Amino acid sequence: MKPAPFAYHAPRSLADAVRLLTELGDDAKVLAGGQSLVAAMNFRLARPAALVDINRIASLDFVNSEGGTLRIGALARHARFERPLVEGVLGGLLPYVARHIAHLPIRSRGTFAGSLAHADPASEWCLVARTLDAEIVLTGPKAERRVPAADYFQGVFTTALRSDEIVSEIRIPLPGAGWHGGFAEFSRRAGDFALAMCLALIRIEGGRIAEAKIGIGGGADRPLRIAAAERALVGQAPDAAAFAAAADIAAREIDPMSDIHADADYRRDLVGAMTRRALAHALRA
Amino acid sequence: MSEPVIGQRIRRVEDRPLLTGRGRFAADIDHPGQLHMRIVRSAVAHGHVRAIDAVAAKRLPGVVTVWTGTDVADVPPISFRMMRISGLEPFRQPILAQGIVRYVGEPIAVVFADDPYVAEDAEDLVTADIEPLAPYLDPTLEPPPFAPGLVAEAAVVRKEYGDLAAAFGGGARVLELGLAIARQSGVPIETRGALAHIDSSGVLRFEGAAKVPHQNQRALATMLGLALDRIHLHEGHVGGGFGIRGEIYPEDVLVCLGALRLNRPIKWIEDRREHLIAANQSRGQRHRVRVAFDERGFIRGLDAEFWVEQGGYIRSHGVTVIDLTAAMMPGPYVIPAFRAIGHVRLTNKTPAGTYRAPGRFEGSFVRERAIDAIAAALKLDPIEVRRVNLIGPERMPFKRGLDTLGTEIVYDSGNYPAFMDKALATFRLPDLKRSLAERRASGEMVGLGLGFFVEKSGLGPSDKVKMSLTPDGTIEVVCGSASLGQGIDTVLSQIAAEKLNVPIAAFRVRHGQTDLIDEGLGAYASRVTVMTGSAVSLAAPALAKKICAAAAPLLQRRPDELALVDGRIGQADNPAGPDITLAELARTLAAPLEVEARFESSHMSYPYGLHAAVVRIDAETGAVAIERFFVAYDVGRAVNPTLVEGQLVGGAAQGIGGALYEAFVWDDAGQPLAASFVDYLVPTALEIPPIETLVLEDAPSPINPLGVKGAGEGGISAAGAAIASAVDDALGNPGAITRLPIRPDDVRRHLRGR
Repeated sequence: MKPAPFAYHAPRSLADAVRLLTELGDDAKVLAGGQSLVAAMNFRLARPAALVDINRIASLDFVNSEGGTLRIGALARHARFERPLVEGVLGGLLPYVARHIAHLPIRSRGTFAGSLAHADPASEWCLVARTLDAEIVLTGPKAERRVPAADYFQGVFTTALRSDEIVSEIRIPLPGAGWHGGFAEFSRRAGDFALAMCLALIRIEGGRIAEAKIGIGGGADRPLRIAAAERALVGQAPDAAAFAAAADIAAREIDPMSDIHADADYRRDLVGAMTRRALAHALRA
Repeated sequence: MSEPVIGQRIRRVEDRPLLTGRGRFAADIDHPGQLHMRIVRSAVAHGHVRAIDAVAAKRLPGVVTVWTGTDVADVPPISFRMMRISGLEPFRQPILAQGIVRYVGEPIAVVFADDPYVAEDAEDLVTADIEPLAPYLDPTLEPPPFAPGLVAEAAVVRKEYGDLAAAFGGGARVLELGLAIARQSGVPIETRGALAHIDSSGVLRFEGAAKVPHQNQRALATMLGLALDRIHLHEGHVGGGFGIRGEIYPEDVLVCLGALRLNRPIKWIEDRREHLIAANQSRGQRHRVRVAFDERGFIRGLDAEFWVEQGGYIRSHGVTVIDLTAAMMPGPYVIPAFRAIGHVRLTNKTPAGTYRAPGRFEGSFVRERAIDAIAAALKLDPIEVRRVNLIGPERMPFKRGLDTLGTEIVYDSGNYPAFMDKALATFRLPDLKRSLAERRASGEMVGLGLGFFVEKSGLGPSDKVKMSLTPDGTIEVVCGSASLGQGIDTVLSQIAAEKLNVPIAAFRVRHGQTDLIDEGLGAYASRVTVMTGSAVSLAAPALAKKICAAAAPLLQRRPDELALVDGRIGQADNPAGPDITLAELARTLAAPLEVEARFESSHMSYPYGLHAAVVRIDAETGAVAIERFFVAYDVGRAVNPTLVEGQLVGGAAQGIGGALYEAFVWDDAGQPLAASFVDYLVPTALEIPPIETLVLEDAPSPINPLGVKGAGEGGISAAGAAIASAVDDALGNPGAITRLPIRPDDVRRHLRGR
């Protein structure tokens, strides 16, 4: 479990990093927190010829909110989200989600943006980005692209990110007043990859659900929004019956993966259960 | 006699270096000029090796050489240190594959390089042309050919007593169960490691030894054609063993061969992926059991047949696990007629050996599932059914009518019914049942389950210790046992301190060094406290006698007038008289005072215990949470109750892992799918509840001078049984659980089927 030989670069600016990626081509990988990449390299499942270590690029180390948008720089570590960063529904929700990510040593090193670049289907942050309609800012040699999360995630470990681009920032529109959010995840052990999880946001107006966002992670090859479940919730009272109906839809709509920890039928059960729980959590939170 | 030392909760004397970061594990050792060894492993589960190409690897700068099977064809395969029944020889593992590979992970070539990274790069460059053969993965299927004239069933182990036909006839009620336990293993935090170098006097020194250094010294000497005084094994700190660490493996032989042939120190440290595909695994059994019983639930006969996934080869344990599974299956119950037939089948998986409570974890699951099934069939309380079947105290010592590991099974002492009463009272069973009933009534899925078991410990035939007063006043205890972290220094010091009447700080225990003592069986089978401890208790009076004799001229008294009291030698009948300290006496000595003692035993001692689990099922996810886990254990006599409790707690944690989480799995091609800790799920502190323990000393062993029985395996033995029973109870579906581990998707399936 020692990595194959690789060249190591530690640029000081985003521009230098992107230039290096352009020069080095497909065989280069960006190193941020390294919590997935280095393990994959040690198993020799990943054999990048070069690493571009962005940890010295101070301008990427930020989290702030302005103009109703939460902006997350490429070096923001998971642990940073364990305390409230913004007002409103995400103030409590993001710390709750963050604490489900692996274990403390991993959270203190791994990054939000790195999770999005890696795009594990069971990544909490990928689910957050998808459900909250984040924009992923990709910086390349020529320009910066802003890709909506709906287009960014394309499959297991597959995204719109090109080999000469860096996920430099994530922009999450902050939900306004009236939104409630909840999250539920199931894994075999605490800190394991989720077998299924749901992030649910509902806006309640006059005792009825006016808008809903239902995101499912860990179930399929990428984080998904379940539009049919969202539509079914709108106009309903936020009660157990409505939540159960939405959960049934989510379980039906998903095309679940199968692996040694959970077959497709079981994952479908879990998607339903997590959807119900996330909605119930949203109402409580 | 001053304060007793045996029985005290003395802090472990060996912990200072471990707690202050000064431990020296295998990976911490380096020798100047050393080469790093890397194993090239088969990626194919079963196949003929047509060619292995190491040309590119050999050309890589930093690589000294690469060997394949032909380079080591003169080295015999690894033999058996235990349970060497006839006919096993053809199934031994060569140190590098000889023309055929039998599991993914089998060593097919070895690289020696001056840097561990380069060694791994070279491993990548070795290519193997292997013609795949159909893998044999399900041991219940007919065994295919293994080699010309041999099928992949190395042995059938058969144990029986009583009249089975009569037991199953005459109106007996009969139940049949099919049960399975997945492949699991101990996964010590320190992976395997081995270093070998030749010292200035030409002696081959092997570091990284554990568990059985003397036995491996003999095995390595034989395989390498060395005289015993030309090879010594040395144990450093060891980060856990659990049965698997310290057995002799191909890598151990290869580091020695490398040092001998290349005349350079060789270092090999196993990585975790290798550990999970190449180190011994265990369990992996399918059982079909028939049980005959009467209307009270008394078992008239038990008839079990089981199939064991031995993996690609028979390793150093021979058929130990199969032998123990069969012989220990009847447990604490009378069972007048019994038969167990175990098939040892060579599947194309990682070879198997022992893992903490080998055979008992499996057999207890089978037996206790059967008891629960009887209770359900008769609508009786499972506790009462157990009581009806327990061997009464008036029948102790109880001849089981079976043998195991070459010894006749005689339960040496015990009062099982009284023990069960005590354990259940401590667990407050009536209160617990009431509260569970209330919670069930309010919709919670909660349940309680029990498992009663008999353990075995103190495997002989003998242990020798040397005890000496050294010139600095320290008393050195040298034994041939080994420390896997279990606290042997503390336990042996306590026994020596009490028996010699010297403060515990005076002792230094040495173990696991073949050049300090010429024999030793090592640390396994919960044997060290019983066997080595008893030898220490015999050595102490002999040393005391020598000390008094040496002090006599100085104190101008006859030796028999002197005694050791609290580390001072003085007149036995005159505490106020002149005396001398051990250190003062030691300074006058020309040579250390030394004695040897040996304890021999042809029988094991049999501790026993009860596990109880309270579980809660999450109906939506099928997840099982263990709310409480309770271990009651009669250890005969606890030299250090804290250490006994530690053993029970650690064992229970592994037992919970085996019951709910851990499974090695393979795909249809024999590729291992659980080759990292992402997929082989070891429970963490977050999954393990506080383990409640009750250590009893009501049945001291009559067959050793200390009355002790072993504690190493009592925490795990019936954990799978108790948790399965509790999950059944929570599901309200007796007999639902038939395999371990109990996965949440299994539980969901039962819930969906309701």
